[in-house]
Amino acid sequence: MDKEIAGMIVAVNDEGYLTNLEQWTKEIGEAIAGEENIAMTEQHWKVIEFLQHAHRNSEALSIRSLGKHGPVSIKEFYVLFPGGPLKKASRIAGIPKPASCV
Amino acid sequence: MSQALTQPADETLTAQSDESVKKMLLILSKATLDNVYACFILANGARMEGIESEIFFTFFGLEAITKNKMERLHVATVGNPAMHIPTMLGGLPGMEAFATSMMKKEMEKLDIPPVGEFLELLSASGVRLWACKLALEMFHLDRSDLYDDLDGVLTVGGFYERARGQGTHLLFI
Repeated sequence: MDKEIAGMIVAVNDEGYLTNLEQWTKEIGEAIAGEENIAMTEQHWKVIEFLQHAHRNSEALSIRSLGKHGPVSIKEFYVLFPGGPLKKASRIAGIPKPASCV
Repeated sequence: MSQALTQPADETLTAQSDESVKKMLLILSKATLDNVYACFILANGARMEGIESEIFFTFFGLEAITKNKMERLHVATVGNPAMHIPTMLGGLPGMEAFATSMMKKEMEKLDIPPVGEFLELLSASGVRLWACKLALEMFHLDRSDLYDDLDGVLTVGGFYERARGQGTHLLFI
């Protein structure tokens, strides 16, 4: 279905995840972060870029891989995106909800 | 009674969904590798969903946080019907080591870390880790024998204290 986010019409699924990363803009990310009560900082954007890059290279995302190769530690990741960090960060990044259990 | 029976199913669901899971308290009482992984994956999975989670290591579960044991945990090949090998074979020397190394390889492929690294991941994710006081005494272990980032040693009473609050669930593994 289509949804208006930050003045743009984008395709999202029923959980509010963008279905086409090409439609993503920083403003859209910012608006979704607002819905999650997250104020984006430089650190947040570094994580978002990492997630988008991993998704474009079809790498499976997990908390472990983010902790190993990502721009922040696992501890910082939980602080930056409190309450379900991988899910929230993925939604802000405009990539699908991760299916990983770790 | 008859009223409860005729209540539409979806209304019951709505009432329940207001009571989402807030906290998982997992009790690990065994140290076979499959049990330890099940416990760790559930604890970590809870954090990933924004649910608080804690693990109470008791009896043999303590081995999963004992420094010189945690990387040497095994899968049981005897008395484990899911192995689908005759029990007599499962008891042969080397069988348990073989099954264990197979499982570790499969886990690594799924991006599931070894026990020591998994504990670090759990700590970093905010899972609180508690050792059972009685079990510690029973096995003649010291705090220094255990994983460094443990949150502490608790009595059973102390553990139940942590179960306070609505939406807390306890799970015995």
